[in-house]
Amino acid sequence: MSDIAQARGIRRVVRATLGRAYPRIIGANRERSWLFYDTILPLLGTIAFVYVYKALGAPDRFVGYVIMGGATMAFWMNVMWNMAAQFYWDKQGGNLELYMVLPCGIVPILLGMSFGGFVGTLVRAVAIIVIGSVLFHVTYTITQLPLFLLIFGVGIIALYGLGVTFASVFLMWGREAWHMAELFMEPVFLASGFYFPVRALGFWVGMGTSIIPLTLALDAMRQLLFPESHPALLPVRVELTALVGLAVLFIFVARQSLRKMEYLARREGRLSLRF
Amino acid sequence: MSNLAIATQDLVRTYRTRKSAGNPSGAPVVALDGVTLDIPPGEFFGLLGPNGAGKTTFIKVLVTLLLPTSGSARVAGFDVVGQAQQVRERISMVSGGEHSGYGLLTVREQLWMFSQFYGMPTQTALARIDELLRVVGLYEERNRRVSALSSGMRQKMNMVRGLLPDPEILFLDEPTVGLDVEAARDVRAYIKEWIHATPGRTILLTTHYMHEAEELCDRVAIIHKGRIVACDTPAALRRRTAGGTYFVLTTEPLDGTAWVSQVPGVQRADARASDGRTELRLQLADDGVIAGVVKALADRERRIFSLQKIEPSLEDVFVQIVGRRLEEADEGGRA
Repeated sequence: MSDIAQARGIRRVVRATLGRAYPRIIGANRERSWLFYDTILPLLGTIAFVYVYKALGAPDRFVGYVIMGGATMAFWMNVMWNMAAQFYWDKQGGNLELYMVLPCGIVPILLGMSFGGFVGTLVRAVAIIVIGSVLFHVTYTITQLPLFLLIFGVGIIALYGLGVTFASVFLMWGREAWHMAELFMEPVFLASGFYFPVRALGFWVGMGTSIIPLTLALDAMRQLLFPESHPALLPVRVELTALVGLAVLFIFVARQSLRKMEYLARREGRLSLRF
Repeated sequence: MSNLAIATQDLVRTYRTRKSAGNPSGAPVVALDGVTLDIPPGEFFGLLGPNGAGKTTFIKVLVTLLLPTSGSARVAGFDVVGQAQQVRERISMVSGGEHSGYGLLTVREQLWMFSQFYGMPTQTALARIDELLRVVGLYEERNRRVSALSSGMRQKMNMVRGLLPDPEILFLDEPTVGLDVEAARDVRAYIKEWIHATPGRTILLTTHYMHEAEELCDRVAIIHKGRIVACDTPAALRRRTAGGTYFVLTTEPLDGTAWVSQVPGVQRADARASDGRTELRLQLADDGVIAGVVKALADRERRIFSLQKIEPSLEDVFVQIVGRRLEEADEGGRA
């Protein structure tokens, strides 16, 4: 064994998680251009919807709806491009085969990707909310802040659980990862009600699209932000319970798909290696 | 438990393939075909072969990235299939042309990130990173972004990454491939320095550069089409070559050369006249015999212009065993 001091067990998992999160938290903010590419550009799409609502004479709360949707969209994009497709990029660069022989295992790498991605995206989402709200004079009144934060937290856990599952699945799909990520963009923007209350799609369609955690999280948070006027899909506490279920489900599925991916990678050789 | 650093027994690895123009039957490709090797701790072992010979597959099995199809492999005494975690605690791997890590980090940040994967406390890690960066001559570049490094610098950084956890066994998969002469020399110098500074550590190096294997390795195995076709020290491998070591001696013109064969210890003598000189090619029982030849020439008052001892290279060994030069085998190798 090495003479160099090295932590084992949970302390190593924590160190490895923070190590992998570092490039996403510090590195990703190193280029100031992120403010333009990750905040201003996504905001343009949001602003377009704001003007549509304004032109139609929709109530002011719809501006808040759209800005919230724009901010939430940042998380979905992060999960698809920087979680689901990440292992594919890591394979091309040679990182994946190094990750797969680390003594800490690949789980801390995924935790670090998720944590770093979440923190980095939170900064961008807050920037979108602040800039959008200042531009359009939107004010928010959160009636139950702890519940709001709980829903947000559980929704994020479920979302990144889904991201980890996708990371394994996309790797198995190989070079189609890019196209798969594209496929999960616009349809999800529509189905999850990023720019409008998902109930507008109809109750059963809304229920169907609730498999994507953002659908329920966004609907529940909107209920807490606009308690008087939001056409809810389900009561807040039911949505929270469903989100907890989704979080547990996706973490379980993520674990299984990761094991499957690791086994296939060792058996087939084509998943993790650059031949 | 075995006390060998690496031990493989009849190791076989095949890859399933789809039917294609190059493989119309879709038959599995055999990358390793019954490899048996024992490498003791502290040895610098080289695996030499053309592209597609099975070198990389061999390393990938040993570092637990691939499962063997059949046979067994143990690293640091642990089975690579059933005890992969124990193996991973003791090894590190560096591949040539590797672009690991993230370009937006600086060299020091990148290495720190990898140190965290091994659970190293930050202070210990940074001190070790700085120390290793100084050794490989990359300390001045420690705050430079990885994306701005040259290939040579990047490979030196990769070497530092591989050595950070102070592995018992270091796997180097063509570590100098694609580097310019100077950078490759630096990397080789550092590898030599590391193994001398840390006795007991084992290195398995794959390469298709003959001179690299000769310069670095205690023992070399030649792998061809997934099989080990020769394994010994570089000197012993060279001795096996037909013709072995010989001397080339250039003198003033000689009237006849039959007397040379009469000198005790001269096994064979061939003479060739050119440019008013005679070139003798001598195969001797041992190096000391050359003194007798020189004396015999002096007795005949013949001046000697040059004397050269020619030893066969690993390239010659490879040609004799495989039947082709390494570059030719590369061209005909499997993809």
